[in-house]
Amino acid sequence: MERALAFDILRRFPRGPVISARASWPLEGALVTVLFGPSGSGKTTVLRSLAGLDRPEEGSINFDGTTWFDSARGLFVPPQSRGIGLLFQEYALFPHLSVAGNVGYGLHGLPHASREERVAEMADRFGITGLLARRPAKLSGGERQRVALARAMAPRPRLLLLDEPLSALDAPTRETLRGELRHLLEQAGVPAIVVTHDRIEALALGDRLAVLVDGAIRQVGPVHEVFSAPVDVDVARVVGTENVFPSRLARRENGLVVMRAEGTRGAEFVAVDPGGVEDEAYACVRAEEVVLEPFDGHDSSAQNRLAGVIATRRDEGPLVRITVDCGVRLIALVTRASADRLELVPGRRVSAVVKAPSVRIVPRTA
Amino acid sequence: MDVAALTLSVELAGLTTAILLALGLPIAWWLATSRWRAKFLVEALVALPLVLPPTVLGFYLLVGLGPHSPAGRLFDAVAGHPFPFSFAGLLVASVLYSMPFAVQPFAGALSGVDMTLIEASHTLGVSPLGTFLRVTLPLAWPGVLAGAVLTFAHTLGEFGVVLMVGGNIPGRTRTLSVAIFDHVEALEYGAAHRTAGLLLAVSFVVLALVYALQGRPFFRWNER
Repeated sequence: MERALAFDILRRFPRGPVISARASWPLEGALVTVLFGPSGSGKTTVLRSLAGLDRPEEGSINFDGTTWFDSARGLFVPPQSRGIGLLFQEYALFPHLSVAGNVGYGLHGLPHASREERVAEMADRFGITGLLARRPAKLSGGERQRVALARAMAPRPRLLLLDEPLSALDAPTRETLRGELRHLLEQAGVPAIVVTHDRIEALALGDRLAVLVDGAIRQVGPVHEVFSAPVDVDVARVVGTENVFPSRLARRENGLVVMRAEGTRGAEFVAVDPGGVEDEAYACVRAEEVVLEPFDGHDSSAQNRLAGVIATRRDEGPLVRITVDCGVRLIALVTRASADRLELVPGRRVSAVVKAPSVRIVPRTA
Repeated sequence: MDVAALTLSVELAGLTTAILLALGLPIAWWLATSRWRAKFLVEALVALPLVLPPTVLGFYLLVGLGPHSPAGRLFDAVAGHPFPFSFAGLLVASVLYSMPFAVQPFAGALSGVDMTLIEASHTLGVSPLGTFLRVTLPLAWPGVLAGAVLTFAHTLGEFGVVLMVGGNIPGRTRTLSVAIFDHVEALEYGAAHRTAGLLLAVSFVVLALVYALQGRPFFRWNER
């Protein structure tokens, strides 16, 4: 049997929302699954139920062949016995213990010597060896994150759960730590579930995206697929950015980066260098930022001018959603008036124009 | 100075404090974490000695545990002597009478501990009891200490319930406050002064200690 996580969680809040989330995904292949949705959509309830901190009213949770919860059989495995690591929103480091005490906290079953050894190993892996004697109050936000990860990883969990891991940080720190966290998760090498409502975070951290809307999981799939092909309008509204292309750095010039997007023929996007791009990154463009022009158009100040053929056209009220095959499938949102005036119908050749600042680059590695 | 009375008072206060640490902490933990709707009834019951005249508590103890009650006969059979006018009787009365002075600060301190720290401990594989001993108690200890100190001081000074249940037997149930009463009745103002002064000084020092422990952030984790 394939190793997998499967859950079906029902929880009603008095005078609040009903969470009824059901999904399953394999544990191999994609390392990090992002549980994505607006606030109040039930992300935290799902995460806490998986951790065993909340008990759903009905449903079941199965992880890698073990049943953690089954309301029909009255079965509930407490958090202590699930073999999970949980990274809390504010990290929840024990203030009365040193960093070493925190990292070694979950290793109480081990003899003293092997506990010390494991703490040293974790400290080395997460780069906190110099901090072991300090108290959590004396640590920076980034150091706290690393200590919390080391503490969660020390007892060798089988599943790592992260609750809005970057929300406790100020904006500049968040920018830097996003890449670092992805790097640390890769190093941990354990299947992880990250809860977030921030789409940049979802792109930077996740391999797989599970979208929660109104307490239900609506779509699960590879990150860029969910972004570019949402199954319904709710998911589309929640994920927001339609064009997400896995791409590699081609070259840098004049403070700009040129990214080569993977696709049928591929395409190059010029964007403002966000820093931190080494090789892999997502190039993201919102559909409403794409301008469509007749193919033999004039020159303009825009850096990206991609020649292509209209593949599909879908009318959405006053707006029209047009997919242009220009090496990658680029989605543009234009007014119906413009679409009719320029006769934007499938088969027509057009130029898709995007200004460099409208291309958002999200680095994939630290 | 009545040394026998002083020894007895310190013994009684020390034992009462020890028992209330063992008994009061679980009750306080339950009060701090329970979501039971009728919890307020238990809270009211624990707080009762704050407003109840000590004579009322003493009266019901005598009725409930006196030699004519089933519980009293059981006590006599186990302890070998009747409940009233014994040190054990004094101890039971003191524990009940000082209950709110222990449980209320304990519950306040325990509920002040961040719940996510307790959950973090659970996800790291540590049992609820282990978590209580390794996280909750170390973080709540200023409040726990304050409760213990208050209990000690309050028991040291109790009068009415001691007189009702214990009477006035030198060396056995005659505590400091009862001794003061005796001195004043016998018009021995000098002896009364010495004993009363001692109780006043001890009480003030103890209360000053409690407020110092709670008011000042000299614990490193309060610096944030």
